[in-house]
Order: sequence, then C-alpha cells, then structure tokens
Amino acid sequence: MAVTTAPAAALGAYAARRERRKAIAYGVFFLLVAAAIFVLFVRNSAPGMESTFKLNPATRERVIEVPDLVVPTRETLLVLAGLAGLLGVYQVVRGFRRVVLVLGLVALMFVAAFLVWAVRDKSINLLGIFTFAVAAATPIAFGAMSGVMCERSGVINIAIEGMMLTGAMMAVIVSSVTGQIWFGLLAAVLSAGVLGVFLAVMAIRFRVDQIIAGTAINIFALGITSFISQRFLQPIPALNSGGVFPKVAIPGLSQVPLIGPIFFNQTPIVYLLFLTVILIHFMLFYTRWGLRTRAVGEHPRAADTLGVNVFKIRYVNVIIGAMIAGIGGAYFTIGSVGRFDEAITAGKGFIGLAAMIFGRWTPFGGFGAALIFGFSDALQAKLQVLGKAQVPIPTEWLLILPYLITMIVLAGVVGRTVAPAADGKPYVKE
Amino acid sequence: MTEATTATPSPVATTAPPKPRQTRMRDVILYPLLAVFTALILGGILILVTDRAVVQAWLNFFDDPMAALRATGHSLSTAYGAMFEGSLNFGGILRGIGAALRGEGTQELAVALVPLAESLTQAVPYIFAGLAVAFAFQGGLFNIGGEGQMLVGALCSVYIGFKVTGLPWYVHLPLAMFAGIAGGAIWAAIVGVLKAYTGAHEVINTIMMNWIAISLSTWLLKVGGPMARPDVPVTPPVLETAWIPRLFDTPGNRFHAGFFLALFTVWLIWWILYKSTLGFQIRMVGANARAAKYSGVNVKRLWIAVMAISGALAGTAGMVQTLGVDRWVGVGFSSGMGFDAIALALLGKNHPVGVLLAALLFGTLKNGATRMQSVAQIPVDIITIVIALVIVFIAAPEIIRWLYRLRQPVAKEGPVFSKGWGS
Repeated sequence: MAVTTAPAAALGAYAARRERRKAIAYGVFFLLVAAAIFVLFVRNSAPGMESTFKLNPATRERVIEVPDLVVPTRETLLVLAGLAGLLGVYQVVRGFRRVVLVLGLVALMFVAAFLVWAVRDKSINLLGIFTFAVAAATPIAFGAMSGVMCERSGVINIAIEGMMLTGAMMAVIVSSVTGQIWFGLLAAVLSAGVLGVFLAVMAIRFRVDQIIAGTAINIFALGITSFISQRFLQPIPALNSGGVFPKVAIPGLSQVPLIGPIFFNQTPIVYLLFLTVILIHFMLFYTRWGLRTRAVGEHPRAADTLGVNVFKIRYVNVIIGAMIAGIGGAYFTIGSVGRFDEAITAGKGFIGLAAMIFGRWTPFGGFGAALIFGFSDALQAKLQVLGKAQVPIPTEWLLILPYLITMIVLAGVVGRTVAPAADGKPYVKE
Repeated sequence: MTEATTATPSPVATTAPPKPRQTRMRDVILYPLLAVFTALILGGILILVTDRAVVQAWLNFFDDPMAALRATGHSLSTAYGAMFEGSLNFGGILRGIGAALRGEGTQELAVALVPLAESLTQAVPYIFAGLAVAFAFQGGLFNIGGEGQMLVGALCSVYIGFKVTGLPWYVHLPLAMFAGIAGGAIWAAIVGVLKAYTGAHEVINTIMMNWIAISLSTWLLKVGGPMARPDVPVTPPVLETAWIPRLFDTPGNRFHAGFFLALFTVWLIWWILYKSTLGFQIRMVGANARAAKYSGVNVKRLWIAVMAISGALAGTAGMVQTLGVDRWVGVGFSSGMGFDAIALALLGKNHPVGVLLAALLFGTLKNGATRMQSVAQIPVDIITIVIALVIVFIAAPEIIRWLYRLRQPVAKEGPVFSKGWGS
C-alpha cells in the first residue's frame, strides 16, 4: 500500500481486500459445514440404511395420495456434503455475488442432512413438521412485520416482545369475557396499539433513546401482565379460557398435495399473516405511502424538505407496527393454547426482530427467516418422538440454533448498510 | 457518599461546558427522586384500581363517601405498610434498641434487623448488575445481556462450588468466585468481539446470548441434566468451603460478605472510570467513538474490554447471589434482574455511586414487595412495573418537568446511545 500515492485508491484497495477476506471467511464456513456433515452424519450411518419421509397429512382423508419419499441415507448424506464442499470451494476461489442466499442454501443442506441422518432406518411425517413450523413461525413473522413497519420509517422497535405479551393477555381476557374470539383479536390489536402510541410519543415527541424506550415497554409489559395474571387470571379461571381459533381448511387450496396441508389448513391468524405480509410488501414498494415511509427512514431531512410530514409518517407506522405485533401476541393465546401464562411469549418477539434483520428489512425476507426459526422449533418438538438412541443430541441444543444462526447472519450481513439509514435516529425539525 | 453530588454525572459532561451547579443538582438528585416518587404513586393507583374492596367502596361513593376513603386508606396503608415493615422496619429496630438499652438482651434487636439486612442482601446483585450496564453505557455500549451473563456467572461458580472437593476454603472460594467472573466476562466479550470485527449490533447479540444461556441452562438443569440433581431441576448445593460467609447467625438473616465486595467494586469502577487512562479512553469512546479513534484510541480493543468488564460485573452479580445467598442454582435463576439493571444505570446516571444508591433502593423495594405479596396479596411484579415507569421518567425528563411544572434546563440532556443497527 505504501507505493500507492492516491489515498482514494488506497482506500479502495483496502475495502476490496476486506471484502475478499470476508468472502473467503464465508467459503471456509461452507467447507466447515461440509466437513461437519461428513464427520457428524456420514460416519455415523451405515450403508444400506434408508430414511423415509411421509408426505401425506396424518389425520384427514386426502384426495391425492403422495408417495412417501424414501432416500438411501448414506448416499444422500455424501451428496449433500459434497455439494456444500463444492459451494465452499467456489466461494473461496471465485466468490458468489449474493453470498447470503448461498449461506441460506448451505444451512438448509445441513438441516436436510441432519434430518436424513436422524430418521435413518425410521420414518417421520415431514408434512407434520412443516405444518408445525408454519404455526410456530406465525408469531415470529408478525414480530418481523411489526419491525419492518417501524424501522422502515426510522424507529427501532425493540418492544415487539412486550407488545406481543400484552396482546396475548388482552386477547384471552376479552375473548373470555365476551365469548367472541374475534373481539379477543381486536383487543390484542388495540392494546398493543396503545403501547405503540406510547413508543411513538417517547421516540418521536420526546426523542428518547429508542432502545431504552423499547426496553422500558418490555419491562412494563412483563410486569403488568404478570401482575394481572396473578391478581385476576389465576384466582378467576373464567377470565382465562378464551377458546381457540379453529383450523379452517381453505376449499380447493388445502387439497393441493404438499403445499395445501402445510399452508392452507391453518387457523385464521395464520391466513391473516399471509395477508399482512403481502399487503406490507405491496404498500411499501408500490404506493405513495410506502415511498414516503422509505424516504423518511433513509433521509428524513430530504423527505421533510419535499413536504413529507416526517412525524406523521413515523407515528402512523409505529402504531400500525405495534398493532401487527398485537396480532402476533394473540396467536400465543387464542391462536394456539387458549390460556395465558406469565411470559408466554418466551422471547419470540426478539426472534421476530432477528428475523426482520435476517430478512434485510423486507416483508418476504422477514417471513422467510421466520419460517426458518419456526422450522427449528418444529424440529425440536418432533424429533423428540424418535427417541434418544436415534438422535443422541439434547433437543435443547436445537433450540439454540435460531439464536446462533441469527448471530452468524448478523456478523455477515450487517456491516454493509442494509438497515434504513435513519433507523434509530430521532428527527429534529429545523 | 459525597461523590454523588460532586462528581460529574454523565460522559458528555467532560466535553460540554460546565453546567450551573443548580442544574447539576437537579439532574442528579431531584429528577431521580421525583421519578421514583411518581412511579410509586402510579404503582399505588394500580394497587387501588385492582383491589376489589376499594373499587366496590368507590362505586358506592355517594351512599357512603367515608367508606370509600377508608377502604382506599386501608388498602394503601396495608400494602405500603407491609412493604416498609418488610424492608426497613425502623420501628422494630427502635423498639429493639430500646429493649437492649433496658437490659433485656439484644435478641429482639437482632430479629428486628433481619428485614433491613435482607434489603441490603437483595441489593448486592443489583449493585453489580447495575454497574455492569452503567459501565457499558459509559463506553457507548448497551449491554442488555446482563440476564445471560448473570446466569453464566452463576452456573460457572456453582459448578466449581459443588464439583471441586477437598480444597480449603481460601482456595475453593476464590476459585469459585473467579469462575463466575470469568464466565460472565467471556459470555459478554463474544459480543464485544463480534461488534468490533463485524459491526454486529451489541443489543441484538446480547439478547441472543441471553436466550442461548437460558436454553443451555434449561438443558443443564433439567431433572437428570448434566448439572442437576437426579430428582429435582436444581444443582447440588455448593460445598461449605465455597460459601461467601454470612455475617449474622440470626435465623433468616442472610447478610453476607459480598456486600463489602460490592462496595469495593463501586470504588474500583469509579477509580477505573474517572482516575485511570483506560477509563478516560472508555468515556471518550462513549462520547464520540470517531473522535476517540482519530486521537489514537484503539476503539475495537476498547469495545471488547468494555464488554468483558461489563460481563465480568454481571457475572459477579450471579456469582455473589449463588455463593452468598442461594447456594444452588435452579431454572429461571435471574428472572429479569438483567433488565432491572438498565433502570439502575439510568437512575444512577451511569455513575458508580449513583448506581449504588439506586441498587440500595431497588433492593429495599424488592424485599418489601415480597412482604407485600404475603401480607396484602399484591403480586411482587408491582415492582417490575414501578421499575419500568422509573426508566420512562428518567429517559423522558420532559414528563417529570411537565408533571411538576419545572423549568427547562439550560444544557442539553444526556447522550443518545442507539445509532441504528449498523454502527
């Protein structure tokens, strides 16, 4: 570098070298995954073993019967290890342009290898896992959508967890009192919306550090829900039996092999999620409001100069975002178990936040990331059935996976600025 | 205690022009006091509106207004009376002193001192956890992972505490303490390394590390798990050689030597922050990382150091609670203390002495709330709500100013910590 005289050229070369180092790190990681598949799975399987994946819903009668997927265990594992290795070599030598996608692919291959290995000489209902995964992904995805709404307009919403918790509780109370489950959902939306108003006022009007404001909301929500739960829900069980949304099979679509049972035989809250994802995508990228939102999130001063009301956009987005988190909260009670327990959200709001970052602040990206997290939940729940001899790893370790994946992704993705430029910065009008 | 009023409260104070003494006093003393006071009042209102007897009495207000007022007074005095008696018990102590002076022995005094001692005991982990968050804040980092670091610290120290046998106490105790401190430090340093070398935001990573620690602990501590007893989901008890000694033998008095370690640590952190080169660099990075970088500070290494020290403090919080009070660890060990610590740091304006005072207050509140739950059936979570409100009022002093009609201060308020996910 010493011979280069122009500082700009030196900086460019420096940045290029950094990029190169990063690319090689990715490649090495892919190679490690390949090695892991080989060492952990291939060496622990015998030739001639077969893994069977059932692809029909277990309970309902089906129109079209799908044959079971039977693969030779050892050969499949070798192919997966080889593929991951090839991707790694290519990444080291040449480098992929969209390396994050490849990272996802390699992670998928690892999971597939793990599954193939775990069900060696056994069978498992893959459809069951995926159906469970979509359900488990629902609150996470709502959290991610909430994050997208807020952060695209430049307000960090770390309070998703607290909004969900409040929504979960209000849903079950109102649903129990009125006997109308849809009122419960409405209550969840409104109560989370109130917290949204609070976050918006703190962040926009008082310009409080947004992470601190969000943390305060989280603590407050944890306290108030535990308080009300102990004071009212536990002594009066009638307040804590809100019923559950029934599964509704969508005629036609639910009969489609594979996809149908996974996506179209779920509760209305799940369908609401699909609608929300599509709607946010459309609104964000194809409407005037979306353009303004993104402008406010990237460069509020410029947007202000052009006559956009920065504060109004932020208020609206934060409050809508909070309401979306409220729907996700309702999932925990009236969407699944029908009763509220203290801290029932168990950190899913934070996972939703991670899913949003993983999905690079886009609705579909966040949804996809949520599905991945939901899948690891499903694996954890379903693999226990196979028994300890078959899967000699503690299932709790599988629970750690989403957090680890998030950290790895964060280490790789953030750095290139994908977050809205003004995210987390209070706007001061001049 | 004098530092609280004389030392500079926030990192910006080193660069900003000196504030008038009056403003400084208001920032450091008046606002925190008003914040806590207001939060307690709101907590009282919450107690009232969720008390069926009180609501019933107020519904009949026009029939019998005095009954409504009586019910209100009764509800509040039962709740806050129980809280005061369970945490400070000054009345009992005075009676105890009287008895001792009359020559009736010190037994009554010893018993009367138990609530106060328990408040101090409860404050010990708060002091460390609050220092952890405040120290990170001083370096411009938001350590929201106190929860996980405490848990790891507790697990490491308890493991050494029950697994290593045959050591004399003067080897075993320091070893167990060191394990807890190191565990917390490493757990947090991972986040520091990730921030320094990849730019990943410490907030999301500390949250992830929290959940990893919690998942790990549920596995380690489940019945029959690697660190649990075969019949119950808790670890075996810590051996006596690794106990932090308790100083009183009155039944129920758990006051232990860790309190003095906490006081020493407050001094140590104050010394590091305000009297050492390292501390100067830390505050410089906290005030303006870019400026610090161009004046020759190795910001990356400093971030890692700040996270490691912060994690060590949080790990110590878990360690003292384990070796001094519980002497075993179960699932759900820290239950929100890592988050309460954020309130402590804000309330203490990130100054070690401020954190100490805030921690003493929180220890008292929490201890009193336990009594309040058993006497007045008010869930102990009321304190969580009060803590959240305190954070709000400290973070948005405009609300306090508006409530109490205070004048706008001349100087600008504290620094903004969060600057998006990237930087």
